[in-house]
Amino acid sequence: MSIFEYNGSALVAMVGKNCFAIASDRRLGVQLQTIATDFQRIYKVHDKLFIGLSGLGTDAQTLYQRLVFRHKLYQLREERDMKPETFASLVSAILYEKRFGPYFCQPVIAGLGDESKPFICTMDSIGAKELAKDFVVAGTASESLYGACEAMFKPDMEPEELFETISQALLSSVDRDCLSGWGGHVYVVTPTEVTERILKGRMD
Amino acid sequence: MSKAGFDGPPKGGFSFDLCKRNEMLVQKGLRAPSFLKTGTTIVGLVFQDGVILGADTRATEGPIVADKNCEKIHYIAPNIYCCGAGTAADTEAVTDMVSSQLTLHRYHTGRDSRVVTALTLLKSHLFSYQGHVSAALVLGGVDVTGPHLHTIYPHGSTDTLPYATMGSGSLAAMAIFESKYKEGLTKDEGIKLVAEAICSGIFNDLGSGSNVDICVLTKGNKEYLRNYSSPNPRTYISERGYEFSKKTEVLLTKITPLKDLVEVVEAGDAMEE
Repeated sequence: MSIFEYNGSALVAMVGKNCFAIASDRRLGVQLQTIATDFQRIYKVHDKLFIGLSGLGTDAQTLYQRLVFRHKLYQLREERDMKPETFASLVSAILYEKRFGPYFCQPVIAGLGDESKPFICTMDSIGAKELAKDFVVAGTASESLYGACEAMFKPDMEPEELFETISQALLSSVDRDCLSGWGGHVYVVTPTEVTERILKGRMD
Repeated sequence: MSKAGFDGPPKGGFSFDLCKRNEMLVQKGLRAPSFLKTGTTIVGLVFQDGVILGADTRATEGPIVADKNCEKIHYIAPNIYCCGAGTAADTEAVTDMVSSQLTLHRYHTGRDSRVVTALTLLKSHLFSYQGHVSAALVLGGVDVTGPHLHTIYPHGSTDTLPYATMGSGSLAAMAIFESKYKEGLTKDEGIKLVAEAICSGIFNDLGSGSNVDICVLTKGNKEYLRNYSSPNPRTYISERGYEFSKKTEVLLTKITPLKDLVEVVEAGDAMEE
């Protein structure tokens, strides 16, 4: 078994018209045994920037703490929030530093940049950035998420439709993955508000 | 943890903190993860008045296509570019590092960078890591001494060639070069030959795919032709898109309105001194 499959996770982010959505499942397991069904894998960096960390839960939390620390130092020095592109480079640099002993995490970064331009990106565990215009996925359910998103995604969706699309993609994908599921967390971010929803999902 | 016991911004270099733990996990039977690879076709050739570099745009993670349109021709200096194959993070990091070293070198000397300088920086870094930084590169550029094309292997050995290929599709691409390359190609002939070599990799090597990127470097000029040709367009676009008959069940909704940024206006008299 791969170390990525130890806790199980599903993460996806999608771009809409002047908005983005990022979603994850809620399961934390130890191999096939479920430990928690309200686990948070998506973290807020600032109002318009979110990071989801798939993979090993312990590394996800450690990495998140280091990232928050670095972002706070940046805020103090620069008196502004980090741009999503800058934050992605920071995450990449932190991961690549551990090239020969990596954090077992695959991050998904989503944010609104200047003039409400959405930005999404994912990386492997040693910080190889993969920028995408439409959607990015990570976690144990990534294979089925690729398929679902490839079929369901449309460009320039409004926030409501984007929510429905990302939710359906997530829920249908985790149903084909034993290691993730138990509902979902979905954040839809527009220039004026952040909507956080908890989805009902299968409990098997 | 860093030496000071305070986990502040790192000063550069790799950290081996987690190696011991990760090895323990592997010993307990947990497989180490696979990294994003660019199982690639990258090529380069010297023509009449410069160098042409070419690359496909597929990034893979095991058998999965992780990115259908990634960029593999990296910027090194205004007159030097570099194609990367191997572990994606390594090619990206190694080219970024050398490019920033060369920028500082240019500020210091006030001269344009030379291709051999980039070559030496790349090979000495790769050699010092004994092939563990797995980047296979095709480096091309035009400097004061003329056009240059080099290949660099992950262990740090280098070649200087009139035409070169690298990556998993290197054999397919080299087959085209070996049969059709000649000295003194014109720019258009050169671009056509590079595109053909990349296409040979795209269609005959499973690690390579999607589109063709090309970069033409001539004296004092560069032309980056991103997605020069797209022989594999998406064929399965639904007109109406996907419709959902039943809405997802939402258990809880929390809406946080975002405040507009406050505009600070300078008002009132300045403070007395």
